[in-house]
Amino acid sequence: MLEVEELSIAVDGRQIIRDISFNVDIGETLVLFGPNGGGKSTLLMTIMGFPRYQVTNGRILFNGEDITRLPVDERSRRGLGILFQRPPVVRGVKMRDMVKACIGDKPNGSTVDHLAQRANMQDMLDREVNYGFSGGEVKRSELMQLIAQGPEFVLLDEPDSGVDLVNIQLVGDMINEILQRDKRRSRTHSGLIITHTGHILDYVEADRACVLLNGGIWCRGNPREILASIKSHGYEGCAVCEKK
Amino acid sequence: MRKEMKNEMKQPSETAAAQGIDVDLDAYTHVAEEHPYQEDPSRLSASDKERIREVGVTLDDRSQRSGTFLQIDQSVVHRKTDQEGVEVMGTPEALEKHPELSEYWWKLVSPEADKFTAYSHSHPFQGYFIRALPGAKASQPVQSCLYLAKHGLAQNVHNLVIVEEGAELHIITGCAVAPVKEDGLHVGISEFYVKKGAKLTFTMIHSWAPKMAVRPRTGIIVEEGAVFMNNYICLKPVRTLQTYPTARCVGDGARVRFNSVLVASHGAHMDVGSRVLLEARASAEIISRSIATGGDIIARGYLSGQVADAKGHLECRGLILGDKGNILAIPELEGTVAGVDLSHEAAVGKIAEEEIEYFMARGLSRDDAVSVIVRGFLSVDIEGLPPELSAQIEHAIELSEQDMAP
Repeated sequence: MLEVEELSIAVDGRQIIRDISFNVDIGETLVLFGPNGGGKSTLLMTIMGFPRYQVTNGRILFNGEDITRLPVDERSRRGLGILFQRPPVVRGVKMRDMVKACIGDKPNGSTVDHLAQRANMQDMLDREVNYGFSGGEVKRSELMQLIAQGPEFVLLDEPDSGVDLVNIQLVGDMINEILQRDKRRSRTHSGLIITHTGHILDYVEADRACVLLNGGIWCRGNPREILASIKSHGYEGCAVCEKK
Repeated sequence: MRKEMKNEMKQPSETAAAQGIDVDLDAYTHVAEEHPYQEDPSRLSASDKERIREVGVTLDDRSQRSGTFLQIDQSVVHRKTDQEGVEVMGTPEALEKHPELSEYWWKLVSPEADKFTAYSHSHPFQGYFIRALPGAKASQPVQSCLYLAKHGLAQNVHNLVIVEEGAELHIITGCAVAPVKEDGLHVGISEFYVKKGAKLTFTMIHSWAPKMAVRPRTGIIVEEGAVFMNNYICLKPVRTLQTYPTARCVGDGARVRFNSVLVASHGAHMDVGSRVLLEARASAEIISRSIATGGDIIARGYLSGQVADAKGHLECRGLILGDKGNILAIPELEGTVAGVDLSHEAAVGKIAEEEIEYFMARGLSRDDAVSVIVRGFLSVDIEGLPPELSAQIEHAIELSEQDMAP
């Protein structure tokens, strides 16, 4: 579904990622581990198409189409969605209008109030977008928007960061819904989750994992095994491991 | 010193206003033909009614209004009240009928303030008198429209609003010009009295024309425990608009809020402020949102805390859309005793690219993203505004969207 081929990315003229390749199949969830500053967010923002992130080599294919040069909104319309780690505050615009914008003209049968109820955000619909939100509220808001939008492929940037124990289960449930993790055979939605701590894996089951370190991919395999290894040896352990 | 003395000796009729570009009063006609009184204002032409509807005044179905006042040029064309305890009529008629109103007349605005007040004082006038009697609570807004039909006319308006003790009143007032009339001057004196425990919500929508000059002069008194909510919306082109209403909170527990929403397109000059004098343990909020799409805006605000525990907040935010436009935000706070609590925030800029991209990531085109952000920016939260008035403001913003495309 998503194919990243020999991708190199620069931000403000500085090379952040070099020649990485990976793919995510239909219905599959891939976890990308890595230390802070290792280029994980850069990769996600590039796949989504934000202009600040420049592809200097390689290409991105989505459902067989080369989307490397497509603008953000075109990628969104083709079925890509993103959970922002630190979304901007939009003063004056209400959450209700944001969710309405996400639903757009899609006949997915969801109303704003219904979605808010599921995200436990009924009281937040009349608040300004992301203004004064707690860490957990930001994630619930982002996930509510994604459910409204209904993308086939989601890019989740640190969905567990800054989320307290009360909220993490709800965040996990919402991600499972977006990724259709309750369906085994008929699952058509896929995702790429990036996580520094791996906490989210206690709530969301992923199919495969890899490690992004120093701008390259170092390890591929079972998410729980890789996480266990990172927990025992740290990311320094990945750097000296031969499984690159 | 000599220069000051010379200024003191000047007649107000010669004194330019402290703010706003100068306007030559001699460039306008001062006499307008009479317009006939209409028992049924829905008989106005469709195009006039449409212009009037755009400023929140509906002449066809008046069931959602507790009273209507319509002035065209210098004639009262219709005035009616359907609510017991609420009076609606022209000010000359009111002054004749209730001589005691002279106690309220020219008391909050001085004829000597500048040449526009002097002009208004010395020329024939019309305007609305709206009064809610003690304890009267109007269930629906009273609507008023000041309409300019004659090209090049100086329209002289003097309004008086009195909300007696414990009464509640919503007024929605619109000022507009006939579709083909481009040039003119509107001088509007307004004096509002919100008495003990009373509440006045005053929403004014202006829709002028590209060559119009507009000079409202407004004074408001807010007594103990009373509430005054003022919403001012001006989204359409105007050559020059300058206004700086002053509300005095004279009783403990008085509460004032000014919301202003302005859009200045190319060629427009808007100098708009709100001033609140907290002369008692009262509170005030001034919120202003400005968008310059090629024009100039000066957004002023002034809060004066004159007793301990007076509380006020001022917020001026401006957006410049497109390549041209100028916004000058001038928030001023003055505390004259210890224990006042005054604050302000001001920001002028463009829409953050990050915000546009956020919406684009949700599938909106760039234009749609800008539109959602701009509409949000203009939609100030207006506490206690009836849905009908919120809808009018939303409608005005919708109508202006095409003018705002960057």
